[in-house]
Amino acid sequence: MKNRNVWLPILSGILALVVEDLIGNSSKHTPAKHPYFIYFMIGLIAIFTIIAIISYFNPKLKAWAQENSLFIAAMILFLNVLNIVTKKMALLPVIFFPSLDKVLGVIIEDWAFLATCLAASGKLLFTGCIFGAIAGFVTGIGVGFSKSAAYWVNPLIRILGPIPPTAWIPLVLISFPTTFSGSSFLIALAVWFPTAVMTSSGILNVQNAYFEVSSTLGAGKYYQIFKVGIPAAMPHMFIGLFNGTCASFITLMTAEMLGVKNGIGWYINWQKDMMAYANVYAGLIIIAVTFYILITLLFKVRDYLLVWQKGVIKW
Amino acid sequence: MVGAIKIERVVKRFAQQDAEDVIALSGIDLEIKAGEFVSLIGASGCGKSTLLRLIAGLNRADEGTLYIDAEEIVKPSYERGLVFQNPMLFPWLNVYHNVAFGLKARNVYKQNKAEVDKFIDLVGLASFHKSYPHQLSGGMAQRVSLARALVNNPKVLLLDEPLGALDAFTRMNMQDELIRIWQERKTTMIMVTHDVDEAIYLSDRIIVMTPRPAKIESCIEVDISRPRDRSNPEFLNLRTKILRILDFAGNEKEPDYYL
Repeated sequence: MKNRNVWLPILSGILALVVEDLIGNSSKHTPAKHPYFIYFMIGLIAIFTIIAIISYFNPKLKAWAQENSLFIAAMILFLNVLNIVTKKMALLPVIFFPSLDKVLGVIIEDWAFLATCLAASGKLLFTGCIFGAIAGFVTGIGVGFSKSAAYWVNPLIRILGPIPPTAWIPLVLISFPTTFSGSSFLIALAVWFPTAVMTSSGILNVQNAYFEVSSTLGAGKYYQIFKVGIPAAMPHMFIGLFNGTCASFITLMTAEMLGVKNGIGWYINWQKDMMAYANVYAGLIIIAVTFYILITLLFKVRDYLLVWQKGVIKW
Repeated sequence: MVGAIKIERVVKRFAQQDAEDVIALSGIDLEIKAGEFVSLIGASGCGKSTLLRLIAGLNRADEGTLYIDAEEIVKPSYERGLVFQNPMLFPWLNVYHNVAFGLKARNVYKQNKAEVDKFIDLVGLASFHKSYPHQLSGGMAQRVSLARALVNNPKVLLLDEPLGALDAFTRMNMQDELIRIWQERKTTMIMVTHDVDEAIYLSDRIIVMTPRPAKIESCIEVDISRPRDRSNPEFLNLRTKILRILDFAGNEKEPDYYL
């Protein structure tokens, strides 16, 4: 652990404020309603000041702050440079690269509408992922444990799996009653394939000796499936679920840009057509933050369920 | 007393592609008394592990029959516990739940909760309840595996080179532990081993097997009083005798490897 200064982010933030104050704005950019960039920087400075102060009393937080202070400071510097390049100097085409004030302004002023879009996307993603993951686990477990299921289902997985889910859009649009059900089906398909493949491969790779030991300990067939096969295959199942989740993000965005009339992907596409690039960036930021949180949550669940695996496999 | 094993004219072949079947066991007859400690010893390929797997019920014999207390062995059962050379602990369960596995699988965990702690104590791992297998040393993992098999109170405990992967010191400790458990539980023990000293130190009877064709060469009673001393002349004589059978069965050549 490097002994980095915990005050670096604050320093970087103050620098950004000084630059904002000293350099005049380019006339090409229309000013936002409020100086949101200044508010944002002050907010960041306040947060990291509190963290820096607490870190003197809390060794755990101190370790975190020392580890990450340089990266955070660099990120703030990047925003600072972005601010100079856009609002201050207008070095990039103004219409495609709006000022940070504008982008932040969209998030703050338009938050209610963005939230409904996000909720719509979330509902779609959640429905699709839940059904896809359940279908994937069931298929994978069936194929992994039953020879006749493998005989009938494996070719199906091989034929249907590699087709990008979005290629089904023309068919889905005419065969599902609502765009919501059609899009959730596409997302479920995207999650289903990697989950099913990795689950069955995980189960097929369980050492036979585990089943032999469990049978000499008095375990019946179903007990072996649920208490030996599935836990042993769990690391593989998580890799499948992880890949499926990433595929579901792609499918969600594409589905929304093509057919669905609501959601954050649709919002981005719509704003792009209106040439409102500040809104496009706001949408992208919201997507990035949301997906980051979802993936982090998935990792937390994995760490909790696979605590026994620590030090065995890393990924 | 329960846990007597009777093996009648057992033949086991393994089918091979593009070749004749390999005869893993050719007409084995053997009776093991309840509560006896028997070792199966012999070179690789003599079928000793195959025989153990047949007794466990993991494989079926092609000809002949195996019985436990006059009941035919057709499938694996908790009454015949098995310990492999590799401990094969379930890595997703901690020590406590590994040991409790058999009770839970048989749906008798609630009535017998106390047994789990008892057997963890018996193998001397009382302070490792919550450890996961990857945190244990080889010897500790093998103790857990022993406790996991014993918690079901099996009539017979089958040991497939249980100490084969351990270092010499851990190994000798574990041998004493096995003796202690055997004397306390009165379980029939059938152990496969490569180690002649280990077989003599532990067993009431040593079954020497030879390969090609895989058969029982001789059964040797070990009449040395317990606890046994590895440097006792009787011990050494027996060792010479077994090594001679193993190395050159039927050959009169004097052994020149020691003494």
